[in-house]
Amino acid sequence: MAMTSLALPDAMRRPCPPLRLGLIALLVIAAALSLGTGAAGVSLPQVLGQWLTGEEISTRDRVVLLDIRLPRLVMGLMVGAALAVAGAVMQGLFRNPLADPGIIGVGAGAGLGAVAMIVLSGFLPAAIAAFFGTWLVPVAAFGGAWTATLLLYRVASRGGQVSIATLLLAGIALAALAGALTGILTYLADDTQLRDLTFWGMGSLAGASDMKLLVGGLLIGPALILIPRLARGLNALALGEATAAHMGHDIERLKHRAVIGVAALAGAAVAMVGGIGFVGIVVPHLLRIAGGPDHKTLLVDAALLGAALLVLADLIARLVVAPAELPIGIVTAILGAPIFLWILIRRQGLGGV
Amino acid sequence: MLEISDLYVARGRSDVLQGLSLTAKPGAVTVILGPNGSGKSTLVQAASGALPYRGRITLQGHEIAQTPAWRLAALRAVLEQSNSVAFPFTVAEVVGMGLHAGIEAGHPEIVSAALAEVGLSDLAHRPIQSLSGGQQARAHLARVRAQVWQPVSHAGPRWLLVDEPVASLDIAHQLEVMAILRRFADAGGGVVAVMHDLNLSAQLADEMVLMREGRIEAHGSPEAVMRGPVLSRTYGCELQVGAAASDGLWVLPQFARPA
Repeated sequence: MAMTSLALPDAMRRPCPPLRLGLIALLVIAAALSLGTGAAGVSLPQVLGQWLTGEEISTRDRVVLLDIRLPRLVMGLMVGAALAVAGAVMQGLFRNPLADPGIIGVGAGAGLGAVAMIVLSGFLPAAIAAFFGTWLVPVAAFGGAWTATLLLYRVASRGGQVSIATLLLAGIALAALAGALTGILTYLADDTQLRDLTFWGMGSLAGASDMKLLVGGLLIGPALILIPRLARGLNALALGEATAAHMGHDIERLKHRAVIGVAALAGAAVAMVGGIGFVGIVVPHLLRIAGGPDHKTLLVDAALLGAALLVLADLIARLVVAPAELPIGIVTAILGAPIFLWILIRRQGLGGV
Repeated sequence: MLEISDLYVARGRSDVLQGLSLTAKPGAVTVILGPNGSGKSTLVQAASGALPYRGRITLQGHEIAQTPAWRLAALRAVLEQSNSVAFPFTVAEVVGMGLHAGIEAGHPEIVSAALAEVGLSDLAHRPIQSLSGGQQARAHLARVRAQVWQPVSHAGPRWLLVDEPVASLDIAHQLEVMAILRRFADAGGGVVAVMHDLNLSAQLADEMVLMREGRIEAHGSPEAVMRGPVLSRTYGCELQVGAAASDGLWVLPQFARPA
């Protein structure tokens, strides 16, 4: 019946299940490769075989797999999903496929927090430093992300109304300010701190700890579960705030929730791994081409593809200069920046951004 | 019933609408006319709940400012003057959004019916951004129609508030869109349409509201409002009104060729 295909607005675009299945398969492959690859030369098939036949697995293999590679994999999955979904939500909110958490200053705020902690941690009371331990930098980064978001919100909202244009411009100003303050701190830094700064800024999945995973998961998990509920509202927002309101959506509530969700995802991601760019722009863009712009599928698919791509990027980061490793932010930038430029060129063909 | 009394709407520091009162009945097409900047769009936006206002606006007994967005969405659909879609949603997806906003979301066949009504069935699966301006305007009309598909629901008449629905269309499609609005009103729904074309308005309107500088200059049947002196004074140019041989009125602008 010809009507049936028209009858289901949700299911009528290019069929989605195959895409979803493909993404899940990609994710599983990426995870297996990540677990099976590393400087220690522990082979995943071999260990799995031993486990299935009941043979004893050596302590070394167990430690490498469960204590080193698995936490790193889990962190990659979490951060990749968080960055991609944060980007998709931000783009829906701004009605612009080039928007990214970096744009509203969340990334810059997180960066300032981290750099401040690296440079100034010597001045902290010993009790506080001991309590947070190696967590000082991530905690500060997270604090910076939240502060940036709250500040932006104060600037951009008037009487409960949030102006997206003001939010965007305020984000640019805030990013510039955070960048300047970061620059001042860089001048104050000594040589060791400079090295730390540089590596934090480039991002790395190394140093995944249970504590990091727990705190990050507490932010990222609920956000990933709740954000798909915003899908219908974000779809309507593509037609503009006024039209979305006419179609019955509570726009202010939608915007508040979206911004809080993005802050949680992007703040936690930056806090855990430092600066990893382009995932939030490239993943949603590729998915819009493959499966259409409907946020009901896009937000879930973005989590899957983001997780898979970040784990693969980490794999590349570990392999190209093995046994050393590249900061993953470099890998995502080398792969992502050309795609970003390609998006720009393509959009110019359609009449500009 | 759409009842507006003593309405003030501010834009910036000045009141664009100044103590305006108006009643529009369901089952009729109310056309709002007036020169640029006379407050036509502001009136429709206030009535649709998009602007803060002083005074009273009630639609079917609901005070607009105190009615949640979802309840208003079931009661009325609004066609904005300009519409743009940020991502490459298909025409059918956009119309589907309108359907989901109303109370008939359980009847997905309405999407194709609404597209057939505006003559866009063939383009249902095209990205809306790839359509011409006029086609996009019709697609958005289909979205708005899908939101209030049945002109009368169990709760009473439903409303279409449309701001320049024929502005970007050729003459044939202008008449088609007018027919859609006409049918909606004839079936018991309420239609409030902002228009610019006086001749089309004369053919569409049951009630005419002529606005100037935030106030109502004339209000009544087309015969009562479409008078040469009234129109000429309101628009600030020489306009001649005549009666067509068959039916209705026409307006002839008096163009004074610059010397």
